[in-house]
Amino acid sequence: MDDLLSEFLTETNENLSVLDVELVRLEQNPNNPELLSNIFRLVHTIKGTCGFLGLPRLEKVAHASENVLGKFRDGELTINPEAVSLILQALDTIKSLLAVLEATEAEPPGDDLPLIERLNLCAEGKLGGPAPAPAAAPPPAAPTAPAVAAAEERPVTLDELEALWNSTPGPATPVPAPASTALAPRAPEPADEPAPSQDLVVPEPEPVPAAKVPVAATPVTGGGAGGNDGGTEAATKESAVAAQTIRVNVDLLENLMTMVSELVLTRNQLLQILRSQKESEFAAPLQRLNHVTSELQEGVMKTRMQPIGNAWAKLPRLVRDLAHELNKKIDLQMLGADTELDRQVLELIKDPLTHMVRNSADHGLEIPAERVKAGKIETGRITLNAYHEGGHIIIEIQDDGKGLAIDRIKQKAIQNNMASEIELASMTDQQIIQFIMKPGFSTAAKVTNVSGRGVGMDVVKTNIEKIGGTIEIKSTQGKGSTFVIKIPLTLAIVSALIVECAGERFAIPQISVVELVRAAADSEHTIERLKGTPVLRLRNRLLPLVSLQQLLRLDDAAEAAKKTEDETFIVVTQVGTYTFGIMVDRVFDTEEIVVKPVAPILRHIEMFSGNTILGDGSVIMILDPNGIASATGELGGGESAGKEAATVQTQRQEDKMALLLFRAGEGAPKAVPLSLVARLEDVDLATVEMSNGLPMVQYRGKLMPLVPIDPNFMIGQEGRQPVLVFADGDRSMGLIVDEIVDIVEEKLQVQLAAERPGLMGSAIIAGKATEVIDAGFFLTQAYKDWFGSATNEGFEEEKLQRVLLVDDSPFFRNLLTPLLSVAGYDVTAVENAGDALALCEAGEDFDVIVSDIEMPGMSGFDFAEAVRHGSRWHHVPMVALSSHASPRDLDRGRIAGFNDYVAKFDRDALLYALQQTLTEQKGAA
Amino acid sequence: MSNAKLPSTVRKSKGDDLVATGNQDYVTMTIADQMFGIPVLQVQDVLGHQRITRIPLAPPEVAGSLNLRGRIVTAIDVRLRLGLTGRPKDKPGMSIVVDLRGELYSLMVDSVGEVLSLTNEDFERNPATLDPRWREVSTGIYRLNGQLMVVLDVPRLLNFTTVEAA
Repeated sequence: MDDLLSEFLTETNENLSVLDVELVRLEQNPNNPELLSNIFRLVHTIKGTCGFLGLPRLEKVAHASENVLGKFRDGELTINPEAVSLILQALDTIKSLLAVLEATEAEPPGDDLPLIERLNLCAEGKLGGPAPAPAAAPPPAAPTAPAVAAAEERPVTLDELEALWNSTPGPATPVPAPASTALAPRAPEPADEPAPSQDLVVPEPEPVPAAKVPVAATPVTGGGAGGNDGGTEAATKESAVAAQTIRVNVDLLENLMTMVSELVLTRNQLLQILRSQKESEFAAPLQRLNHVTSELQEGVMKTRMQPIGNAWAKLPRLVRDLAHELNKKIDLQMLGADTELDRQVLELIKDPLTHMVRNSADHGLEIPAERVKAGKIETGRITLNAYHEGGHIIIEIQDDGKGLAIDRIKQKAIQNNMASEIELASMTDQQIIQFIMKPGFSTAAKVTNVSGRGVGMDVVKTNIEKIGGTIEIKSTQGKGSTFVIKIPLTLAIVSALIVECAGERFAIPQISVVELVRAAADSEHTIERLKGTPVLRLRNRLLPLVSLQQLLRLDDAAEAAKKTEDETFIVVTQVGTYTFGIMVDRVFDTEEIVVKPVAPILRHIEMFSGNTILGDGSVIMILDPNGIASATGELGGGESAGKEAATVQTQRQEDKMALLLFRAGEGAPKAVPLSLVARLEDVDLATVEMSNGLPMVQYRGKLMPLVPIDPNFMIGQEGRQPVLVFADGDRSMGLIVDEIVDIVEEKLQVQLAAERPGLMGSAIIAGKATEVIDAGFFLTQAYKDWFGSATNEGFEEEKLQRVLLVDDSPFFRNLLTPLLSVAGYDVTAVENAGDALALCEAGEDFDVIVSDIEMPGMSGFDFAEAVRHGSRWHHVPMVALSSHASPRDLDRGRIAGFNDYVAKFDRDALLYALQQTLTEQKGAA
Repeated sequence: MSNAKLPSTVRKSKGDDLVATGNQDYVTMTIADQMFGIPVLQVQDVLGHQRITRIPLAPPEVAGSLNLRGRIVTAIDVRLRLGLTGRPKDKPGMSIVVDLRGELYSLMVDSVGEVLSLTNEDFERNPATLDPRWREVSTGIYRLNGQLMVVLDVPRLLNFTTVEAA
């Protein structure tokens, strides 16, 4: 049966039982307005729900009854037994209709006009005296048995009923009454609570029970109720729903759950003791206790479990209305609706889910016309999918709409001062997407009543994090977006990893733990430090580390610190898309723990989500990975998630390049692409002169400024100092370093973006964590106008030559942009061919296009063909840039439409090629 | 001696009954040779030395938490709360467990003495010259034979926000 319907049946049956009792009480105390308004409210509720569920017949009866009650309430009618009887009759009709509804899941056809007429008459005050015999609802015309049952109640007259009533010992509520007289074991209606005040003086009609007692019982009711088997069946069925479920106070369940949690803890303690004793006669009973406890725990957990479908029940309606309102066609698919999860969790995700579906419908899906234009079918699809995965529930909300509008998010971020344009430019899409989780962020162009008020995703995120869950966003432009929510099955008992740091033990919820790594001098993993910040190389990625000891300010003796150096365990933890390592001294096993809130005076400490008692009886604090992530400052939150994403992106770039490794200042070795370095020199410090506040040397007849990497570096008076010379045109500058280490060919993967100026980031080079310096920064230190003046000198042309640089690697864009700028070009860099073509459409013009070949999506060859065939740029010269410069590649490039083909990192060749190409072009023109 | 001056108890009704008789029962304790008292009805347990789990980042007065028959109890170092020096390491000390709004707190003191039934006549308000930190957490003083007993107000003792403000 439909959940909604069954809930309605249970509730309405309960209400009806209450109504029976209350009406009788009303008859006794006609002047009790409270009672009357309660009755009115109940009938009104029934009417309302019937209307909502589309049960017109029930609704009409309820409505007519409500009218009468309304008159009572307004004092237009006096309460008399006849009227009350009539209403009770109406209620009974409702009951019989409900019985049919339960049996067949549909209202019986037909109507209840006579009853309604009488009710209306009554409402008009025209009804007097006992009801005429056939007054009550006519038999529902339905052929179904229960309908017949309803029909049977008609002949009952009030007198007969009175007789029945009086003959019933201590009757209280209609249903049990006949049961006690006629058929003791019947009518299991537990919800009926006879009120003592109901010893009736007034005749009380009892149509339904009378009708429903089987033939054997009829002597009591006289000829009144000619019950039949069908009636009995209906009566039994009517209460079937009520019998299967009982309503239990949630508090009771919560209490039970707490008790079971305690039991689990005690069991754990016992098991721990048992483990320490080899032979114990307690072993067997404890084992048994263990099993029973586990089963009990499971059972009690189940009482709290509800299918997630409950939280979804309102969505189809919501989506339908939205579709209507927004003129979209939306198909809502719900998979895994029977996946069960904790009631408490369910309550907390209900609103976020609704919000996200609403978002998908409103922002995500396009209007049909747009969809057709984009080559999709008219009807947009939102898919909800819920399933279990390793002790967690995963809920996916997916739409096939246009995806998140990165540009709009960027604009909005700038508007709201969340980031500057420069910051945004260096961010990846994944990073930018994270902004929608920030408070006060809505990208909806206009605020509709559907969404766009800027309260949204941040609340969703907070709610989900509150229950220890995580949320991830994936979005593809034009293809749609997916939100993945991962939440624990239950909040009460969680599995946690027990770790030790500086002699204290802590629990880390297993949900956040990805893996454990042992780092020691003799193991393959060692902790390296970048300016004091510990990092770990893990499968060719740099993992930021957090020292629990420092974070929690665990003051401990120096020996513990020494121990940390020897051997450290790293708990690799994931919060959202941000992965980091927590350094601890020891790792114990995992334990099931019951999360208890910390004392109010400690609630402000973000690092802990609660505390618990371990199997050995000791108290332990539970660490909150979310709190730790956000407490590690810049590393925390969405920003870091973005960094992670940046890492992923730079990884794509597979090309090897020559790097010059050197040491300068403190910390890790540093590296700079060799192609940027003109020469390596050894400068005699005695020749260094100060000029314009900068150290200078005379170099090849010119002054060359020397710039230290560390701004606090003091140049010595004598000895020799290695210097990297960066030269351009006839200018050059020297970068002072301590020692030149090596030149290596490596894939350059900038793994961690740097916070300090002059650094591009950190990467693994030659097996060591290395800082990659940003040469451009030091160039401008030497000559504030380095880039500007170079262009003035370099080219006579008044107008700068415009270069479009297409390269998917941000590193190369960052590297080549200054390089080309230095050479006097006005550079526009884009990350893929698509963006480049978009510029073409936008009416931008360039003198030359430099494009990478290996790019995700459209390759350089395809891009060249696209440009050459039919684009506005078909005459613009193109230079290919690739690490593969074999003759075959060159041919292919020419065929595709490239004018020249240059090996990557050969900057001179590139500059030459550009100059050549442009001159040729000019000559041709 | 009005009722208002008496410590507000968690279980008010019972406390009021006692006030009516003119007698109050106090659990006495010693901290740095000074006698203190807590109304007996607020005291749940008296504990000997316990294993305490430190809570990093907590206020210094919070010594940690401990397990009392399956309930987690927050341990408060009363010495630090009163602005005294910490207890010497070699003295194990004792604890008095009190209930505040459903949460249990263990007050760590040097030693716990007997329960005294004291008449209201011996009660006196805090002298105005008393150390403000003490005045804040005390409701008054009892004049006993040979010494004075400071009555501690548990809710105020456990209200840390004022400490930070001070």
